[in-house]
Amino acid sequence: MTVADGAHTGKDGARTLFDKIWDMHAILTREDGETLLWVDRHFVHEGSHHGFGKLAARGARVARPDLTFGVADHYVPTRRAGGVADPGIRGMVEQLAANSAANGITLFGLDDPRQGIVHVVGPEQGLTLPGLLIVCGDSHTSTHGAFGAFAFGIGASEVSHVLMTQTLWQRRPKRMRIVVEGDTGPWVGAKDIALSIIARIGADGAQGHAIEYAGPAIRALSMEARLTLCNLSIEAGGRCGMIAPDETTFAYLRGRPFAPQGRAFDEAVSAWRGLATDPDASFDREIAIDAAAIAPVVTWGTSPEDALPVTAAVPDPGSARDAAKAAQMRDAIAYMGLTPGQPLTDIRVDRVFIGSCTNSRIEDLRSAASVLRGRRAAVPGLVSPGSSLVKRQAEAEGLDRVFREAGLEWVESGCSMCVGMNGDIVPAGERCASTTNRNFKGRQGPGARTHIMSPAMVAAAAVAGRLTDVRDIVGEAR
Amino acid sequence: MEPFRTLTARACPLPLANVDTDQIIPARFMKRSRAEGYGEVLMHDLRVREDGTPVADFPLNDPVRAGARVLVARRNFGGGSSRESAVYALADYGFRCVVAPSFGDIFSANCVNNGVLPARVSEADGEVLLAWLADGGQDVTVDLEACRIVAGNNAFDFAVDPVWRTKLLNGWDDIDLTLSHTDAIGAFAAADRLARPWATPRGR
Ligand code: SF4
Repeated sequence: MTVADGAHTGKDGARTLFDKIWDMHAILTREDGETLLWVDRHFVHEGSHHGFGKLAARGARVARPDLTFGVADHYVPTRRAGGVADPGIRGMVEQLAANSAANGITLFGLDDPRQGIVHVVGPEQGLTLPGLLIVCGDSHTSTHGAFGAFAFGIGASEVSHVLMTQTLWQRRPKRMRIVVEGDTGPWVGAKDIALSIIARIGADGAQGHAIEYAGPAIRALSMEARLTLCNLSIEAGGRCGMIAPDETTFAYLRGRPFAPQGRAFDEAVSAWRGLATDPDASFDREIAIDAAAIAPVVTWGTSPEDALPVTAAVPDPGSARDAAKAAQMRDAIAYMGLTPGQPLTDIRVDRVFIGSCTNSRIEDLRSAASVLRGRRAAVPGLVSPGSSLVKRQAEAEGLDRVFREAGLEWVESGCSMCVGMNGDIVPAGERCASTTNRNFKGRQGPGARTHIMSPAMVAAAAVAGRLTDVRDIVGEAR
Repeated sequence: MEPFRTLTARACPLPLANVDTDQIIPARFMKRSRAEGYGEVLMHDLRVREDGTPVADFPLNDPVRAGARVLVARRNFGGGSSRESAVYALADYGFRCVVAPSFGDIFSANCVNNGVLPARVSEADGEVLLAWLADGGQDVTVDLEACRIVAGNNAFDFAVDPVWRTKLLNGWDDIDLTLSHTDAIGAFAAADRLARPWATPRGR
């Protein structure tokens, strides 16, 4: 059944990285263009209970428990010495454990030393590899594309479909390439690149597209930074985001527990080297960004597209391109309690949060700590490492002391204040400088106001008590 | 699933862009089982004030819109989190169709898996429809066979992925179809294991 499924190959069969991975996973394509894809890894978390519920309703079992991995992250409290106090939250964590045990799924549960946020744990454990197709009932599954994997979030019906069959029906998305040229300046990183892209193309700018990030500024990024960038692909509406694997990828993966080892690893690397877009392959859409033009970015509104350089001011709805956009801006400015024309650096914050699958890896913590070292935070804040292993490593490096001495709280790993469902919330009306990915209304708690930015920028906001340019705090030339 | 062919029903305007799934169903309500129902918490924090009183000028609270089954919103409806409970909330409240210029990819797939039609219209047509509703327009007819919406004297074409259209028209569920391909899946898995030995997790 080799029906046209929207595949397009360039000169001499040249293909994009995305198409190569897609083709590798295509079991069959229907007349109507839908393709049944093989799934290499399926991550489940407490929120996957609906998927398991549908499975139970059919009296079915998990088809491939060896390819399914459970992680407790969304609901786990970040202060959990003495167990989980809230019965509702405890129920969610226990339900995941019961579903995992009943189906023979490996679980990184509450008390596992490898526990953490699913999008931190997968890469850390070597479960995420180049060329894999990875799904999870969580939109930020795009994160795993940093390794040159095709990784995307799915809904509960699809979760149950994957649990039952290890496959998924999909229509081949369009391809978009975002090329980032040049070098970023000091204190400008993946978060700033990603938010600049989203501000430019919109929160729905990549809908229906698989994004490939390329160019010298991308090649220069560490694995941690690539994970941050791909994580935010969904905030541009992308189906997935990916970066072709290279020496940085291979070096990160060598020796990871679930990755191939020894000779098998070397053989894998030679296969992975073929995972690159052919020179003549074509994309449905191409975007170019100049890294040198990017300044540290913060969001001012209630969508990740509401992002500006910290040196700018709250925009004026009067300058919007149409009435609908003006209404959207007015609504966001009212919710956020701001005034048009107000310099962003005049915005006072009530608290800060460092964590989430976007920015909670060891490099993120090092970056924030380097700003906070020897300084005091003017406001309270929470630091939640992305995994229990990241936490251990940070403690070995003394980063926990830096945070504590600055006056911030150092807690256990989990989704924490990213999502307002595990006990960590921003109180109504309060303003939080946050390393998370969503400044949606009420995301961090009902009535909470969120400004998203990089870990270094959150650390700077903590010190200043307002949004501020980290370069002014650390005194480095712009 | 109940097939979707033609629906004539009350429509409710929601003249907002970027209504993400966190707003459609706030995270703290997601512990519910499916059987408990999600309708009453649809857009809870937009609909209800902190003190529990309804937000008077929120369209869903307008008595004229009671029983609405078609929701009309601005661009990027259902972006953000993959939570299918956002669709449960819409469906349990009574909505069977959402009309907007664009939708989050995961959200629209979730809609179709629950028999809810995500109908894409141009921004201009969406604005005309919103204006018609603001002027007191009430019932619309959504014809999925013809991909057409009729609202008073206005008629608009809408777009929906053809595969999804077929699924909705027939009320199909993917899983039975997939299970009919069990042999092909098994053959693929066996060949793939040899072709990509590195794809198997090493295990601990
Ligand atoms: S940290 Fe936030 S965005 Fe990431 S998986 Fe958890 S809830 Fe989702």
